[in-house]
Amino acid sequence: MGRQMWSLQYYRYMRLVGVSQEHKNEINIERKAAVTLALSPYPPVGTESPLASRHRAAHKMRPILLQGHERSLTQIKYNREGDLLFSCSKDVLINVWFSTNGERLGTYDGHNGTVWTIDVDFESRFLISGSADNTMKLWNVQTGKCLFTWEFPTAVKRVAFSENGDQVVCVTEQRMGHQGAIRIFDIDRSSDGTNQSTEAVNVFHPIGSKATVVTFAHKPSLILTGHESGKIALFSAETGEEVETNQKAHMETITDLQLSPDRSYFITSSKDKTARLHETATLRVLKTYATETPLNSAAIAPLRPYVLLGGGQEAMNVTTTSARQGKFETRFWHKIFEEEVGRVRGHFGPINTLAVHPSGKSYASGGEDGFVRVHHFDDSYFKTRPYGEFEPDP
Amino acid sequence: MPAPVTNGIHANDDDIDYSDIEAKYQVHLNEGYDNVVVVDGVPLIDHSKEEKLYAKIGKEFARKGCPFRPENLYMPWDSSTNKSKGYLFIEFPSDDEATLAIAHMDHFAFDPKHTFRVNRFTDIEKYANMDAAFAPPEPEPFKPREHLRAWLADNQGRDQYVTYRQDDVAVMWHGKPAQVANEKKNWTDLYVAWSPLGTLMVTMHRQGIQLWGGPSWERLMRFAHPMAKLVDFSPCEQYLVTWSHDDIHVHDGMPQGPQYFSPEDEGNNLAVWDVRTGHLLRTFKTQNAASDNEKQQMPWPQLKWSPDDKFVARVTPDVQISVYELPSMGLNAKKSIKIDGVVDFEWRPLGDKDREEEGKSKKPRENMIAFWTPEVANQPARVSLMAFPSRSVLRAKNLFNVTECKLHFQNQGDFLCVKVDRHTKTKKSIFCNLEIFRIREKDFPVEVVELKDTVLDFSWEPNGERFAIVSTSDPNYLNPGPGVTLRTDVSFYQLERGKDNFKLLRNLPARSTNTIRWSPKGRHIVLATVGSSSKSELEFWDLDFNNDDYGRPKDPGTSKDEWGSGIQLLGTGDHYGVTDVEWDPSGRFVATSASVWKHMLENGFCIWDFRGQELEKHILDRFKQFLWRPRPRTLLTKEQQRLVRKNLREYSRAFDEEDAAEESNVSAELLALRKRLVDEWNAWRAQVKREARGQKEEEATEEISEWIEEIIEQTEEVVE
Repeated sequence: MGRQMWSLQYYRYMRLVGVSQEHKNEINIERKAAVTLALSPYPPVGTESPLASRHRAAHKMRPILLQGHERSLTQIKYNREGDLLFSCSKDVLINVWFSTNGERLGTYDGHNGTVWTIDVDFESRFLISGSADNTMKLWNVQTGKCLFTWEFPTAVKRVAFSENGDQVVCVTEQRMGHQGAIRIFDIDRSSDGTNQSTEAVNVFHPIGSKATVVTFAHKPSLILTGHESGKIALFSAETGEEVETNQKAHMETITDLQLSPDRSYFITSSKDKTARLHETATLRVLKTYATETPLNSAAIAPLRPYVLLGGGQEAMNVTTTSARQGKFETRFWHKIFEEEVGRVRGHFGPINTLAVHPSGKSYASGGEDGFVRVHHFDDSYFKTRPYGEFEPDP
Repeated sequence: MPAPVTNGIHANDDDIDYSDIEAKYQVHLNEGYDNVVVVDGVPLIDHSKEEKLYAKIGKEFARKGCPFRPENLYMPWDSSTNKSKGYLFIEFPSDDEATLAIAHMDHFAFDPKHTFRVNRFTDIEKYANMDAAFAPPEPEPFKPREHLRAWLADNQGRDQYVTYRQDDVAVMWHGKPAQVANEKKNWTDLYVAWSPLGTLMVTMHRQGIQLWGGPSWERLMRFAHPMAKLVDFSPCEQYLVTWSHDDIHVHDGMPQGPQYFSPEDEGNNLAVWDVRTGHLLRTFKTQNAASDNEKQQMPWPQLKWSPDDKFVARVTPDVQISVYELPSMGLNAKKSIKIDGVVDFEWRPLGDKDREEEGKSKKPRENMIAFWTPEVANQPARVSLMAFPSRSVLRAKNLFNVTECKLHFQNQGDFLCVKVDRHTKTKKSIFCNLEIFRIREKDFPVEVVELKDTVLDFSWEPNGERFAIVSTSDPNYLNPGPGVTLRTDVSFYQLERGKDNFKLLRNLPARSTNTIRWSPKGRHIVLATVGSSSKSELEFWDLDFNNDDYGRPKDPGTSKDEWGSGIQLLGTGDHYGVTDVEWDPSGRFVATSASVWKHMLENGFCIWDFRGQELEKHILDRFKQFLWRPRPRTLLTKEQQRLVRKNLREYSRAFDEEDAAEESNVSAELLALRKRLVDEWNAWRAQVKREARGQKEEEATEEISEWIEEIIEQTEEVVE
């Protein structure tokens, strides 16, 4: 962590506890130790043998560097248990890894273009993926076999399973005279999965700004979308009607949307440099986290009251000085107090996607640099109480 | 049956109710009698002469430019005598024509015996019914105004600053933590500014500018100068000048009065206003060299104020300096000061000494103007000092091979430095001379400091005898490329008492500094690299490091210390992308800001103490402006200031205690806020869970699901 950044943290802390001048040094060290241990950026270890890295991961929090993609990451996802980590990138591959040690389990090979998006169902049985080759594919997680392919006129930008895995929602790009569309498909789970219907249960075209992200809301009958204009909306899955909308949720494109474990609230990240927490039922903004860099992804950490934000200036805007590299950091913000509590650096380019282990014990980030970094939190991360006794409910 | 609607357009227009629109745009016809005039003094005639009289009257009215139709004339007759009553009525097509007729035909000599008296019909009625008794108008009750300098009475002596970010303007108390004094969304359209003594804040709007102030931040005055872009106050805040790129255009229906433009101001674009009454004093047209050559920036301020607010002057390049008296805004002595070739001038500022002397001597104090003229034909360039209003030239100095001159007065008016950019005979290279006039001495002796390099920035130490310059010999200076940071030298000079010359104190070679900012109290200086994409250093220097007695610089002539040994670097900092550096008026803090007006990267501001310790840093997207609120001159006498310095230790003890109390207070407030936020969150979560549970129970018949609640181990940590 940069010195400057520490002085900033330290200053916040000083303000917070109102300590006198004499204690400053002690507290500085104490505080530094606490968060550094929790989020320490060790050098990459991906070149080690998986066994060795597993050994190390078991003992100390070190990031595991997953080098399986040749181009920038587009999305990463944990399965429900969190033992598997799926990643897709602008090369044609989808990889699956053991999240504990970073060992690669296998790849899903079949797409002919950038894989924009993936999702895995609650049983870790099926994997769905959307790609720039205008197809959406269903995979057998265990065997890596492609079970079914849907074809569309334009690229698939976002896919999501419903909570019980019997439906899939996808967003296709607005391009070449085709409107952007949101489609919902039934997934036949009874057989081996190859017997799917090519016909969507429902198709609708949001009017106005195109949708960039989509997922099932707190009820399976509602679809939650984030749009290019910064609007978020709830659509009825049956009629395609807009049930609820917040036009001014963000000022610019919404880049990511992740739900809380119980789906009652969610976080969005945007190019307008902010991330926001919203109530799912009303789309009311609960919290705002304003950073100084465009954000590509945001995730909610279970267990601790933090949210994780990732982003960075795009390559064309990046300044050349060495001291400026600090933008490609995962930022930890306090979920309730809207204050930054720490950063983890390590990526050489903007962070494109973040995912937190469902248990809240580790997280992974995927960057423009083509790497996935898996971080296991240290004990101190769970034990430190930088804000004293205040502990909000999850 | 409702009309069919296609694409939101009614196919059948007849069904639509247009009555509201019709009512809005209906032309109101004249209903009063304002267009009817009564003509008195008409000869008494009988019916036989009727035709003739009508024709004659019609002709006379037409001759004066107010014709009317014969049928609109009506003359009453006395039926008993069968003669006319000596008056008649004329109806004109409009009020304006009736007004014209009154203006032209009243007192018109119809013939030697009869003179017309023309009045408006409605006026006769009005004045006839007027109450003869005089009713004195109700005097307006006196409303006490808020004290405009209330912020100076802050019991902690805090300074204020204003920040402008996106659409939000906030006036803040500087402290730990900063407190909001007032904030508003869309308070200004363009930017904000303070008056020179900090009393008023200016906001810029399409319709004009507004002044704000006082503890409740009321609007104090409006100045209707549409699209005003620049504003400048007189030094004592009595007057202000606004400028707009667009010429003033007066059209019908605009409000009239002393606060508004009148048709005479048409086409001008520079306006002088009285701050307290809001009255417009005079407008000017800027000499638009800029219109011919858009790239050449208009010099601002266009009007330069004498330090006592008594005069304001503007230069007409090559011709003259025109000085106007306040508040009449009339040309002083009815003529301008003709100076062939004049380029620029400056008023000498008033120093503390001048204010002390004021009133002591019987002779009225004169202002002083310094101006310069370039080389023309065989005449050398010349810098002159002129007393005003006597207009006598006090001192003139000839200069040779001059490319450009810049006049820099020290803020107390003790010295004038003329920075002369000179060229060699071949005109291939440029070097610099500093010609320093000592204003307070007899005959204004001139000292010359010759430099080999080009001087980029020059700055006097406020209230001091030192100055700092940034010079460069970098070959890139003459052909600047994008992203090139010039290599520069910074030098400090000081007046050597006894020898009466300025001697180099210290030279700091090979750096990238391009901006120097003295503390308003002198002694401390910040050197900054501003507007560069690769460097953004800040250096905090102390020029009297060995001197403990703050505010009283050691006399270097008598000091045993080595010359220049007191210069010490206190600290360095780095604010990426810094665009502005500003000291607070007390000389304790420095604010640096990175404005979105210059670039988009890491906008925000940062506050440092004078040692270069970073106190606050805020990276705020779309941050635009940071301005400290200026303070007026101190009211303490020299003696009182000396006493304060003497007892500084006692004061500081009290301040330390206050600080400690404040800090614990603030942390208590913060803790309370956190508690509230957590409580709100927990309450919301509980509600969400209740609702979810309720829903699950409803659906329980169809679906069985488990509600798992995780209980997380809680540990408490007490921070002392």
